[in-house]
Amino acid sequence: MARLAPVTLLAAGLLAACTPAGAEQLRPYTVVGDAIPASLTGTNGDATRGRALVVERSSTCILCHSGPFPEQAFQGDLAPNLSGSGARWSEGQLRLRLVDASHLNAATIMPSYYRVDGLTRVGNSWRGKPILSAEQIEDIVAYLVTLRN
Amino acid sequence: MRIGACIVLLTAMAGAALATEIPPDQRRSGYSFMSPDTKAMQDEDTANPGMLSVLDGEALWKRKAGSADKACADCHNDARVSMKGVAAHYPAFAKALGRPVDLEGRINLCRTNHQQASPFAYESRELLALTAFVAQQSRGLPIAAGDDPQLAPFVDKGHALFMQRQGQLNLACANCHDDNWDKKLAGSAITQGQPTGYPLYRLEWQSLGSLQRRLRACITGIRAQAYDYGSPELVELELYLMSRARGMPIETPAVRP
Ligand code: HEC
Ligand code: HEC
Repeated sequence: MARLAPVTLLAAGLLAACTPAGAEQLRPYTVVGDAIPASLTGTNGDATRGRALVVERSSTCILCHSGPFPEQAFQGDLAPNLSGSGARWSEGQLRLRLVDASHLNAATIMPSYYRVDGLTRVGNSWRGKPILSAEQIEDIVAYLVTLRN
Repeated sequence: MRIGACIVLLTAMAGAALATEIPPDQRRSGYSFMSPDTKAMQDEDTANPGMLSVLDGEALWKRKAGSADKACADCHNDARVSMKGVAAHYPAFAKALGRPVDLEGRINLCRTNHQQASPFAYESRELLALTAFVAQQSRGLPIAAGDDPQLAPFVDKGHALFMQRQGQLNLACANCHDDNWDKKLAGSAITQGQPTGYPLYRLEWQSLGSLQRRLRACITGIRAQAYDYGSPELVELELYLMSRARGMPIETPAVRP
């Protein structure tokens, strides 16, 4: 009983952290199975902008992933090659992987790009903001679905 | 929806401790990941830019300072004898403070208590030079930090910090340096994060830098709030890293890309 108390407190703390305060600026979305079927913005993203975002270092994707980016000398090998993502996954599945990969695999190292709750010691300049905006997520999803092989 | 996400979070936190420690016979210094050119730069004292700081440190060792008008050498004599093996035991427990101090912290305690001089700022030329000079007296000797039983709770705290996911990218040190040290982050080798060579000359910095500077860079890299220089948390991380590297030879002043 006494040993359970800290866990309960921790859970209470986390649930409190999940109240609307932090999440307000995120647009609501609905997970269906292993996907988020509907666009976060209600419109389609732009695949050209999406590709530019993926290869930009500040988006962090190619720190871990490689992909069909012949012009990029430095790509990571911590994660699957992004070639063929659009053949392996539907648009909605890709969207959930970007929004919150930990929803699918709790131990994943892939950051949740559209989440502000449940993070620890986020630096001042990043606190309370998702890594990518809803528009940026949609642009990247639009690009990834074009990667058919 | 939100409650659902939070339950997933709880599971994620439960899974955070799954990282596996590196078996002793598989430990590798950052040196072993470097190109032959960079290795040669570290190996050749005449080519190693860190040696300039060591020489600088040797001069400071002999210079009188503070209102006590004493040099380090006035108390410790020849560093080649008195400082041999010392750096291999740092961070060490400071009785007066009741907590561990790293080598930089120890040097500053000597400045304030014995020389009656003001402490050097972290990453100042003087503090890096003196630290490099003292640590170089242990070059080639095996790291032996963390032996003192009084340090045990602080090693544990450092270990917990190492395992803790943090920052906007939600990564732990262990995610890279225990689990993925054979991989590449963008172009660069991740390595095991062994603290064998500090202070060291990093080509990317174009200067000598302390272990705390490196730790702050990794913490900022995962977009977490960097701890202040000299904070207990950074010393605890240093202590954990040094005890994790026990037995590996000291390389100060090392060179890294
Ligand atoms: C810190 C590492 C890391 C970063 C940064 C990262 N990912 Fe991932 N990603 C992974 C890992 C590891 C997987 C494998 C599945 C898992 O662990 O959940 C993955 C899986 C994926 C998948 C599914 C791949 C497949 O075919 O199975 C896609 C698509 C993806 N990531 C896209 C991205 C995009 C786009 C970005 C940047 C906005 C990104 N990732 C940033 C580590 C990362
Ligand atoms: C996303 C990956 C990543 C994370 C997370 C990370 N690091 Fe690093 N770390 C690196 C890379 C890349 C380098 C530079 C290459 C090198 O020198 O190992 C590095 C370098 C180091 C070094 C220098 C090793 C040497 O040979 O001089 C140490 C020590 C270190 N990290 C410790 C830590 C600690 C402690 C944490 C957590 C607070 C941490 N790192 C988090 C990627 C990471």
